[in-house]
Amino acid sequence: MHPTVVMSNHVHVYVSQAHKGELVMGAGVDSYNGYGQRGSFHLIERQMAAALELFPVFARAHVLRTWGGIVDVTPDASPIIGPTPVGNLFLNCGWGTGGFKATPASGWVYAHAIATGEPHPLAEAFTLERFTTGALIDEHGAAAVAH
Amino acid sequence: MLLIACPWCGEREELEFHYGGQAHVAHPAEPEGLSDSQWGEYLFVRDNPKGPFAERWSHSAGCRRWFNVVRHTVTHEILAVYPAGQPKPVILP
Ligand SMILES: Cc1cc2nc3c(=O)[nH]c(=O)nc-3n(C[C@H](O)[C@H](O)[C@H](O)COP(=O)(O)OP(=O)(O)OC[C@H]3O[C@@H](n4cnc5c(N)ncnc54)[C@H](O)[C@@H]3O)c2cc1C
Ligand SMILES: [Zn+2]
Repeated sequence: MHPTVVMSNHVHVYVSQAHKGELVMGAGVDSYNGYGQRGSFHLIERQMAAALELFPVFARAHVLRTWGGIVDVTPDASPIIGPTPVGNLFLNCGWGTGGFKATPASGWVYAHAIATGEPHPLAEAFTLERFTTGALIDEHGAAAVAH
Repeated sequence: MLLIACPWCGEREELEFHYGGQAHVAHPAEPEGLSDSQWGEYLFVRDNPKGPFAERWSHSAGCRRWFNVVRHTVTHEILAVYPAGQPKPVILP
């Protein structure tokens, strides 16, 4: 029915179909700090509404289950990768809802940081230092939306 | 969905509000005297407790006023609502 992953930044939904036939969708993030891991009802509702905007035929589907977790979000919504002022302590965090898909690249640049003690050139802008220098990563819209 | 009691409008759904992060973060008295790392600390470093947390909310789709809430970050139970500028109520974790 649905041969590919479809994502819309405009209505903020992504959806793909699992091999068993179920539709898998991703929703947004609560605006506030939380460790409840429940998933807010209004976010789930908005997600369903967005999916129906794209695919009205989904209206007949039923909700089988929902899943919520804790996402680590930084002030500029981009990850922190690299060395820290504490010797032999390295960070690879703050991936928010984007950490699966980034794994090959984040593992690569992180391994470089651990092996050499220096950030990988690709990840230089992503160190903890940016919260002191003020050189924040201005790509919230590009990186931290549905994926 | 949180039900938040605005001090002026009463209980309304979370969707009417805007979150403002940790409350009681005072603006530095002499910002020009701070180092970059002290300024960065003021701008970006916040508490992130698992438990009661004093935070700012604004009733942006209502009276548009800011106020403070103590909310439990696991249960989301709202333990106190009080006007901005008042001291944080004593709540044991
Ligand atoms: C609800 C939700 C939806 C998401 N959706 C997406 C998505 O659609 N696309 C996407 O790309 N990303 C998504 N993510 C983000 C992605 O899941 C994470 O960014 C990614 O899994 C982080 O990988 P990690 O290896 O850094 O950390 P984790 O996967 O969190 O691994 C850390 C591991 O360390 C273990 N650990 C912790 N403390 C200790 C200790 N003291 N000793 C030993 N082990 C310990 C933990 O048990 C865990 O196994 C989502 C996350 C959530 C919560
Ligand atoms: Zn109000």
